Amino acid sequence: MIPATFDYVRPGSLDEACQALASDEDAKALAGGQSLLPLLRLRLAYPSTLVDLGRLPELTGVHDRGDHVFIGAMTTHDEVMRSSLVNSACPLVALTTATVADPAVRHRGTFGGSLAHADPAADLPAVVLALDGVLVARSAEGEREIPAAEFFVDYLESALRPGEILLGARIPKLGDGWGYHYEKFHRTAQAWPIVGVAAAVRRSNGSIQEARIGLTNMGPTPLRARAVESALQGAELGDQVRQACEQAAEGTSPSGDLHAQPDYRRHLARVLTHRAIRTAAGSP
Amino acid sequence: MTELDPGLVGEQIAESDQISEPGGTGGEIGRSRRRKEDARLLTGHTRWTDNLVQPGMLYVMFLRSPMAHARITRVDVSGARGLPGVFAAFSGQDFADEQGSLPCAWPVSEDIVIPDHPPMAVSEVRYVGEAVACVVATDRYRAADALEAIEVDYEPLPAVVDMNDALTEGSPKVHEAGNQAFTAKITSGDIEAAFRDAPVLIDRTYIQQRLIPSAMEPRAVLASTDGDGFTLWTSTQIPHVLRVMLAVTTGIPEHKIRVVAPDVGGGFGSKLQVTAEEVLCLLLTRRLGRPVKWTESRSEGNLTVHHGRDQIQHIRVAAESDGRIRGLQVDLLADMGAYLMLVTPGIPMLGAALYNAIYKMDAYEFGCTGVFTTKMPTDAYRGAGRPEATYAIERVMDELAAELGLDPVEVRRRNWIRHEEFPYTTIAGLTYDSGNYEAATDRAMALFGYDKLRAEQADRRDRGDPVQLGIGVSIYTEMCGLAPSRLLGESNYGAGGWEHGTIRMLPTGKVEVITGTSPHGQGHVTAWSQIVADTLGVPFEDITVLHGDTAISHKGMDTYGSRSLVVGGVAVLQACEKVKDKARKLAAHLLECSPEDLEFAEGAFQVRGTDSRKTIQELAFAAFTAHSLPEGVEAGLDSDSTFDPDNYSFPHGTHLCAVEVDTETGMSKIRSYVAVDDVGKVINPLIVDGQVHGGIAQGIAQALYEEAVYDAEGNLLTTTMADYLLPSAADLPTFVTDRTETPATSNPLGVKGVGEAGTIASTPAVVNAIVDALRPRGIHDVQMPCTPERVWRALEGVRR
Ligand SMILES: Cc1cc2nc3c(=O)[nH]c(=O)nc-3n(C[C@H](O)[C@H](O)[C@H](O)COP(=O)(O)OP(=O)(O)OC[C@H]3O[C@@H](n4cnc5c(N)ncnc54)[C@H](O)[C@@H]3O)c2cc1C
Repeated sequence: MIPATFDYVRPGSLDEACQALASDEDAKALAGGQSLLPLLRLRLAYPSTLVDLGRLPELTGVHDRGDHVFIGAMTTHDEVMRSSLVNSACPLVALTTATVADPAVRHRGTFGGSLAHADPAADLPAVVLALDGVLVARSAEGEREIPAAEFFVDYLESALRPGEILLGARIPKLGDGWGYHYEKFHRTAQAWPIVGVAAAVRRSNGSIQEARIGLTNMGPTPLRARAVESALQGAELGDQVRQACEQAAEGTSPSGDLHAQPDYRRHLARVLTHRAIRTAAGSP
Repeated sequence: MTELDPGLVGEQIAESDQISEPGGTGGEIGRSRRRKEDARLLTGHTRWTDNLVQPGMLYVMFLRSPMAHARITRVDVSGARGLPGVFAAFSGQDFADEQGSLPCAWPVSEDIVIPDHPPMAVSEVRYVGEAVACVVATDRYRAADALEAIEVDYEPLPAVVDMNDALTEGSPKVHEAGNQAFTAKITSGDIEAAFRDAPVLIDRTYIQQRLIPSAMEPRAVLASTDGDGFTLWTSTQIPHVLRVMLAVTTGIPEHKIRVVAPDVGGGFGSKLQVTAEEVLCLLLTRRLGRPVKWTESRSEGNLTVHHGRDQIQHIRVAAESDGRIRGLQVDLLADMGAYLMLVTPGIPMLGAALYNAIYKMDAYEFGCTGVFTTKMPTDAYRGAGRPEATYAIERVMDELAAELGLDPVEVRRRNWIRHEEFPYTTIAGLTYDSGNYEAATDRAMALFGYDKLRAEQADRRDRGDPVQLGIGVSIYTEMCGLAPSRLLGESNYGAGGWEHGTIRMLPTGKVEVITGTSPHGQGHVTAWSQIVADTLGVPFEDITVLHGDTAISHKGMDTYGSRSLVVGGVAVLQACEKVKDKARKLAAHLLECSPEDLEFAEGAFQVRGTDSRKTIQELAFAAFTAHSLPEGVEAGLDSDSTFDPDNYSFPHGTHLCAVEVDTETGMSKIRSYVAVDDVGKVINPLIVDGQVHGGIAQGIAQALYEEAVYDAEGNLLTTTMADYLLPSAADLPTFVTDRTETPATSNPLGVKGVGEAGTIASTPAVVNAIVDALRPRGIHDVQMPCTPERVWRALEGVRR
């Protein structure tokens, strides 16, 4: 990697880190570097300073907070997918994280970096959105909470203000009776998703009580498939579910790229949503 | 998983699992030896060009054109020159008088146009990525920063991206002389008669997409001078050819140039080239008197490593109603890119005599037009011409089968050369020395469980299963062992096809082998050791193989075209025989008998019927001390040999592939893959398996994943691996491989070559399987790579 020149600091405390970011508007936080370094390599980003968040214990680890789990921003994908707490209390996060990239990337890339980067093609934003996660940020001015629905603003743009550090996210525990699935469609095992569908489904007596669906890469931000969610309320497994999932592309605005044109992405959203719901509901 | 006959699979696995351990002599040929090279490579004791450091070394970086086609009106490097750490900066103009033109060694036709190809553009750029200026700095970072300070003014010219458009009248021109690089035609038999009133006519057009060879080790060059001579370390497949070409291109006398290919991490043809960067590094070190090094980034490589394939293939078959082929007509457009590089125009021509493949027919016609476009030049890529030919004919054989309602294997059987007909001179004029398509096919079908899979396919069709099963057949032959020098001369190739080998028996009885081939991942060191161990009767461990340095390996034609073993391995064998001849004389002299009384076994000459003997090691020492030599015998036990084959070799095989196509998403997933190859005698089964596995993976990659995409303005869109998809092990099935063994008769080892076979065979096997899955829905082609989106669109097309 041959980036342009930049300064590098590795603060030992959160205050120092906030300070470093606040004092220089071209400074950037550095987490696992798995998205930032490629941008530097291609000289698509020219930060003046990289503020390495790697020595801030407040940002790492997974914590049980009663009705929710707090996942620290600097927790690596590998730690998240192996955490027994995440696996038991918010399994959708664990099983989605296991589909991210490859082991090497998962050992460096972080949960918070994935959210802060706000790439609509990344897998975790749709999951956090579907689960109504709450992101917690901190700056020199103090801490604030941002609901996932307000966090993802546009392509590669989050609600984080300059100088703000993402501390992590609160993931509500959904409780019993829920099933989960992340249906990721990609051409090679290590490739980014062309479309992804995160589904959480509460089911009883052959019908669906409640469903939450997050769509990856179906627009400039992750999206909820609200139309499907409401059509699924009380839907019986089988034709009713199938019909409900036909609305998966409603309100989406997917882009076209080398891997898929928008109409194909819309089609995939419908097929994959149906598969995600069926699997989450445990109905083959 | 498919049902595979457990007995057969067990046998197969048992064979490749039996890895031989060191010790003993004899019986080396045919043993699955672990590669001698690997311990060093895997533990990081490597010498990649980029690892090499010379005192006072500087780093070079190139500024590359962002335009596909433009006149250069101004290049100002002065902004770069003043920057810290910058030693020098140059434009193409600064080297205009000495850089010469990059060579094309294969003028395939009379009408060929070979445009001037300056290593650094001087007045016009013709593809995105062409070098226009360079910076030499004390480190890479400063060099990269300084590139941004160079100013270039371009006057845009129209891009020429599409081959058909390029040939229309009034198209913008890539070069003054027009967009046609060459035309070629071959006819054999009465093609008109063959097509006249033919009961069956198949007419198809296939597109060989453009591919980017992706060797693990990016290209790198280090050049240094001692004021008189020059040394160039470079990640190349062709140190010997390169040295000659550098001398011719730059005017530096050949004896003043030494080329070294240190450890080279793969090439696949992409390092069979004389590159702009190699020439420029040599000239830079001459001008600056300091060592200079250049290493490409992956994105720079995607833009500027020569590309592969990129042909439009029009293929027509005339057949009888029983499926027998009467005639075959092929017309190609081959994208040369912006310039003709080392063997660019020869690539489509390497397939010219292979479209007829394993089949008998009455008439054949081949035509090819080379086309200039404003894209990176194309050149050799694993298989070079043969994958294209095999793809088109094997795709069309399936179409013929479908047209006639025949099983695809059956239609091939009705046309192929039967084993008792070898040697067989084909309609295209090649003489296939040996082969047994029946044996390989029967074996493959048994391993694959062909009938069972056909039954499952029928069942899924009946049920309207959203996941359909397709079965792909590919029965190929190819042409290896490049090449008989005489035939290369006839095709106007600029060099011969012989290979050189040297044996040096050292005083202590150890053996140094020198080969003119230039391995870059294949395992020559191991295989050559096996040949020498058996022939001279010395232990495998006592042999070392030197290569890839023109100061050590003084003669050679290098490694490409699956030629190394078939030509270079045989040269080594011949050199061993010469050593044995001399050793026999010496032994007779020392044992006071006549040479005819000696028999050679297990590394020793023994007087027949006695226990009086001399080992080859004792003889090496005696030849070294030279205290008592026979009349006319010189000291030392060494020999040199060159081998020039009198024919190509023709590996063949049958590959079968089962693909599950998800008709809802368009995703194709390979479920099972069986390859039965006949590569003649096998020196090391483990190495052969490795070559077959890698080859199949690369062919599957063309079928499903890889495509270099240029937009209408000539910008390459696939500059990173996020856009240019390569499969990994996780995307591929477990390959079931097996062999039949019909020795080649054109060389004393009976070997045929295996470097490209897998790639040649697998692409059509996969696409045939996908089309086979979709055929009942009225689909008879999917363009490569068969992405889920393409399959889905094909299905959408017929749903309407
Ligand atoms: C080969 C490869 C394949 C990949 N495949 C996938 C995939 O399939 N799916 C997927 O979802 N992702 C994929 N990724 C991305 C990977 O998940 C990254 O780890 C993730 O996108 C970013 O996390 P990071 O820790 O590396 O962040 P960095 O790269 O360090 O940072 C990314 C951005 O977020 C900002 N940032 C990071 N942390 C914070 C913070 N705590 N507070 C404020 N700002 C912050 C940085 O300033 C930067 O702008 C892939 C990456 C690679 C290299």
